[in-house]
Amino acid sequence: MGDWKTVTVPVLSSDSKNIFQYTSEKKISPPNMNSQVLRLPLPSSKSMHSFFSAFCTEENIEQSISYLNRELTTLGFPSIYAESKGKELNLISIINCMNELLVLQHKNLRAQEEVEMQHLKLGSDMDHLQNCYAKLKEQLELSKREIVGLQERDRQLQSKNRNLHQLLKNEKDEVQKLQNIISSRATQYNHDMKRKEREYNKLKERLHQLVMNKKDKKIAMEVLNYVGRADGKRGAWRTDKTEARNEEQMYKVLLNDYEQRQKQLLLENAELKKVLQQMKKEIISLLPPQKQKPKERSEDGPVLSDLEEDIGELNKENMWELSCETVREQLTNSIRKQWRMLKNHVEKLDNQVSRVHSGTLNDKDVISREDHELETEKLELEIQQCKEMIKTQQQLLQQQLMSPCDDDTTLLLQDCYLLEERERLQEEWRLFQEQKKNFEKERRSFTEAAIRLGLERKAFEEDRGAWLKQQFLSMSTDYKQSENVTTPSAFIGTSDQDNRVVNSMSQQKKPHCMLSGPISAESCQTSQYISHNSFNAALKKPAGDSKPNQWEESDKEETE
Amino acid sequence: MDFSELFKLSGLLGRFSPDGKCLASCVQYRLIIRDVNTLQILQLYTCLDQIQYIEWSSDSLFILCAMYKRGIVQVWSLEQPDWHCKIDEGSAGLVASCWSPDGRHILNTTEFHLRITVWSLCTKSVSYIKYPKACQQGIAFTKDGRYMAVAERRDCKDFVSLFVCSNWQLLRHFDTETQDLFGIEWAPNGCVLAVWDTCLEYKILLYSLDGRLLSTYQAYEWSLGIKSIAWSPSSQFLAIGSYDEKVRILNHVTWKKITEFEHPATVTNTKTIVYKEVEKSPSVETERFSFPPTRALASSVFSTQSKYDISQVPVSFQYIKPVADRANPKMGIGMLAFSPDNCFLATKNDNIPNAVWIWDIQKLKLFVVLEQLCAIQSFQWDPRQPRLAVCTGNSKVYLWSPAGCVSVQVPTEGDFQIVSLCWHPSGDSMALLSKDNFCVCYLEREELCRQIFP
Repeated sequence: MGDWKTVTVPVLSSDSKNIFQYTSEKKISPPNMNSQVLRLPLPSSKSMHSFFSAFCTEENIEQSISYLNRELTTLGFPSIYAESKGKELNLISIINCMNELLVLQHKNLRAQEEVEMQHLKLGSDMDHLQNCYAKLKEQLELSKREIVGLQERDRQLQSKNRNLHQLLKNEKDEVQKLQNIISSRATQYNHDMKRKEREYNKLKERLHQLVMNKKDKKIAMEVLNYVGRADGKRGAWRTDKTEARNEEQMYKVLLNDYEQRQKQLLLENAELKKVLQQMKKEIISLLPPQKQKPKERSEDGPVLSDLEEDIGELNKENMWELSCETVREQLTNSIRKQWRMLKNHVEKLDNQVSRVHSGTLNDKDVISREDHELETEKLELEIQQCKEMIKTQQQLLQQQLMSPCDDDTTLLLQDCYLLEERERLQEEWRLFQEQKKNFEKERRSFTEAAIRLGLERKAFEEDRGAWLKQQFLSMSTDYKQSENVTTPSAFIGTSDQDNRVVNSMSQQKKPHCMLSGPISAESCQTSQYISHNSFNAALKKPAGDSKPNQWEESDKEETE
Repeated sequence: MDFSELFKLSGLLGRFSPDGKCLASCVQYRLIIRDVNTLQILQLYTCLDQIQYIEWSSDSLFILCAMYKRGIVQVWSLEQPDWHCKIDEGSAGLVASCWSPDGRHILNTTEFHLRITVWSLCTKSVSYIKYPKACQQGIAFTKDGRYMAVAERRDCKDFVSLFVCSNWQLLRHFDTETQDLFGIEWAPNGCVLAVWDTCLEYKILLYSLDGRLLSTYQAYEWSLGIKSIAWSPSSQFLAIGSYDEKVRILNHVTWKKITEFEHPATVTNTKTIVYKEVEKSPSVETERFSFPPTRALASSVFSTQSKYDISQVPVSFQYIKPVADRANPKMGIGMLAFSPDNCFLATKNDNIPNAVWIWDIQKLKLFVVLEQLCAIQSFQWDPRQPRLAVCTGNSKVYLWSPAGCVSVQVPTEGDFQIVSLCWHPSGDSMALLSKDNFCVCYLEREELCRQIFP
């Protein structure tokens, strides 16, 4: 705000001070922006008048106008003079300028307000940050003090630890020393003992000698009579044989004992193996089928295949008899592996259960218990419904099959079926009748055609006879003139005509292949035939042109 | 439970015959044979001097009486009362005497353990075993009586000789790695011999019948070692009681320790049952008082009834720390015994003299503790069933079985301080011995069930 220029207006000397003040005020403003802000924007109404009177008086109107004009032009506004160098004022431009200036003023005020707001915000932020800073500083101080305290404690504890270690070492050393003392004393005592014992032995020997030498007759056994042996046998001499036998006996006793023990151990072993096998089977049954989750078991994949092989092997009977190292190891290893798998499985289940309980169920494979139950209920309902449906249907079917209802209904029922057939048959009969009519029509036309043909033939024959007569007559006269050319042509012509007629006739009746000669008789026969075999013919599908064929076929069939 | 009257006894020498028909007792120099059921005197023998030791032969036909002072052993026959036999060791002196398993040889250990003389009653032959070891248990016979192990010491080294009892042939002779052999004992199956060292060294060696060393076990060094051992009747376990108040059990397969039983002063395991003997105040009817008081009255007044109470765990026992500067201190496991069915082990910790600890061998855990009012004198298992009889130097006998335990006052006039007891081979009766008297207690089959304190 303080970048207004100091403008010297030479004329307005009396007002220049004010202006200077104004501008200088503005310059001073930056340090005390807050206070200045309050003062600057709108001078009070009182000062306004003085301000206005200060700038422009009746004497310096033109100068002030020119000054204003200069200012405005420098600011970019259009000149307030009507012409560039004239003295007439352009009112419109003045008003525009004024408006522009007002707008500018408003804008500036708004900007100022914004700036003030921001200023406030920044101020409060600053305060806040300062507070934070102060707090953090305090915390830092505290932590530093704590650290120092802990370090001190740590040092104390370490020194204590060192002391204790030292004490322990001392104690250990002392113990070691005492042990050494004890051992040295023990060896000394042993040595002394041995010495004394040797002396004692010597004395004993001496005494023994004396005792033996004395030949004390008292050392004897007086017995009334000798007693028999406990087992009734006589005493035996001690010979090598007896010695050998004794040795043998001893070894027998030992071996017996060992065999017994081994038997017991074998039994125990067998039982334990059985138990292990059972356990293995149960563990296998408990484990989930391995096909479902091959990914998770990727690490155990090769192990599994080995396991399966092992299982197959170890389940053989003869394997159990072997008690060699490898079989035992295999068994224990396989059981350990399976137990580990079972453990993992159980742990997984536990995790799943805990996850379900905590509610974060994301795994698709896991179906919560409630959903599962709902599904099962739904399925059960469906099954129920289907069963009921099946039952009702079965009932109905049975009813139909074995319904011993009264005659009317049966007749009615029967009639129902027959009605349907009858209607069908009637339909076909109608069709057949139509066809028959058509055929009759054709036959009539055909017979007419045949009659016509007969008549024509008759006429032709007569003509032919007459012509022959003529020819003959002429032949005898015009023998030498021209007879070869005309007769064949005449014949050909007639034969052609005949042929053509016949052909046209035959074309008409081409499908009717056997029609020749006594046609009418045949047609009568066939008509008779038709009346007899209406049924059969009607059954066969009637095609317009191929009727006679069918008849012929039926004819053949009948003859067959 | 029936009690016989008191009979005189001296030297705690009351023994049932192995066939269970007779009971032998000594009074000074007299040997009295009684019938077990009627306690009628069957035979009466007089010896030359005060009898110090008696032993029945294995077939119950003979009985030997040893008089150590005179160095004489006298053998009496039950079938023929006129038959007599006297073995005089003369100047050689006599320290110990015992029968051989066949009942026809007597082994006398002369003074200073100079030799063991084997006297035969069948033949005139005499055998000598030289250099026997002067230790507590120097001679051990196998249960089937076939072999005999003798501890010897030559040139300051310990040896063990194995003899065949039928003809006294030396089978094996081997040295042992002991400093000073203290004892030997055969396993009941007759195939393993346990040899243990003096208490200065904890070491026990196990030898096979053919003289091979099977295993050595040493629990610790320097402290006082083994005090007592016991084989289980099936030979499966070997229990070793030591001076550190622990019993270690070795198993017969690996000869390694399978468990340790501790005997602490405080029992905290809630599954242990602790029976504490408490006195019942006697009910005296004052009208019956008369002056001077009759003997019966006096005894009934002064003898207090007692019963067992179940104490709530944790229980503390009276713990005695022995004087440190005496030899053979009263500490450690002094008594060990397996029950005949192999299910229980009864122990006594000399530091806690009033308690008998009964361990369940099937579970290898402490089962029951019997806390008595007086110090335990001795206990013995019934030879047929898991029933333990305990005596503590008063006139009560205590019986424990898995069903419960009972304290029975012996109805006697005067003082009867039971110091030792001895079961009849059938388990139907037992002899209660005190310094001067003994009585026989007859047990009925279902006795214990009726009198059980639950």
